[in-house]
Amino acid sequence: MIGEVVRDVLKPIGKGLKITLRHLLGPKQTVFYPEERKEQFRRTRWRHVLLRYENGLERCIGCSLCAGACPVRCIYVEAAENTDEERYSPGERYAKRYEINLLRCIYCGYCQEACPTGAIVLREDYELADYTRESFIATKEMLLEPLPVRDPVRSP
Amino acid sequence: MSKRIEKVALHDSATPSLPGLAMGGGVLLARLDDLVNWARRNSLFPLTFGLACCAIEMMSAAAARFDIARFGSEVFRASPRQADVMIVAGRVSKKMAPVLRQIYDQMPSPKWVISMGACASCGGIFNNYAIVQGVDQIVPVDVYVPGCPPSPDALLYALIKLQQKIRAQRLGMLLELKPKEQPAITAGDRTRALQPSSAVEVSK
Repeated sequence: MIGEVVRDVLKPIGKGLKITLRHLLGPKQTVFYPEERKEQFRRTRWRHVLLRYENGLERCIGCSLCAGACPVRCIYVEAAENTDEERYSPGERYAKRYEINLLRCIYCGYCQEACPTGAIVLREDYELADYTRESFIATKEMLLEPLPVRDPVRSP
Repeated sequence: MSKRIEKVALHDSATPSLPGLAMGGGVLLARLDDLVNWARRNSLFPLTFGLACCAIEMMSAAAARFDIARFGSEVFRASPRQADVMIVAGRVSKKMAPVLRQIYDQMPSPKWVISMGACASCGGIFNNYAIVQGVDQIVPVDVYVPGCPPSPDALLYALIKLQQKIRAQRLGMLLELKPKEQPAITAGDRTRALQPSSAVEVSK
């Protein structure tokens, strides 16, 4: 009787708890999120960024290939002509309006693949939650990376 | 038998219904607010409402690596009577919509809704006749999380945003009376616009 209890009840419990104890003393798995971030993979796709060339001109030429490739149609591009007085991108045209609905977007990266000039890329910023639907419309001003800081010593 | 939603139950998830205290409540209940909000925001029991692939990420947020228990939300409740926040994880089909609304109505107030993922928030890739284009057509949503699916830490970020929202709530104070102190009163305002609140005009 006692032997049966030890064999069928106590031993399996001890065996199970040994695994618990081993993991209790092992390395901790938890990422303490707001204080520390988990390491992102190099090709993580989250929030979009519109890139510039080194001289500050926009890479985007307003060709709408990203909008065509988008499976959820969350990108809106409106192109306009560059003039010599008002030049935004090296080509003939630039994106006058460039809007992405970040809520509808599924972050598949097809826009990045379709872009002929490498203007739109998806970066690591994943903290996108917000209170209203309207705040998820990312306009061109929000998406464009800031102008490169000019080094006065090297390029006066 | 499917139940059609003819009339939306007019309820604002962010406002505790204590209408008599609207005047002067801000002074008398100031410290009590802090205590109540502290208790509410640190024990948000989520309702188990995984509908699709987003639910995998929601479960992952509850597991050891991301550990939603650090925010006091580890108790995923199977009963809506015991839940505080409904995490709608996944696409909501039109057939599921009355069920979702009923479960939301069964939750005790105060209650909050996190719309997780592109599908729940606005339909995502499913822009068709079968999927509800945004769960805020059915229930008032407090926090939207974009992504397909959002990573578990994006969900944790949304939870922190919700906690910040609860921190700013005031007992017995209708939100519309103090629009400046409240962050984002427009969350889920599609249902709120139907509200026949005679006493208080919604100030935009």
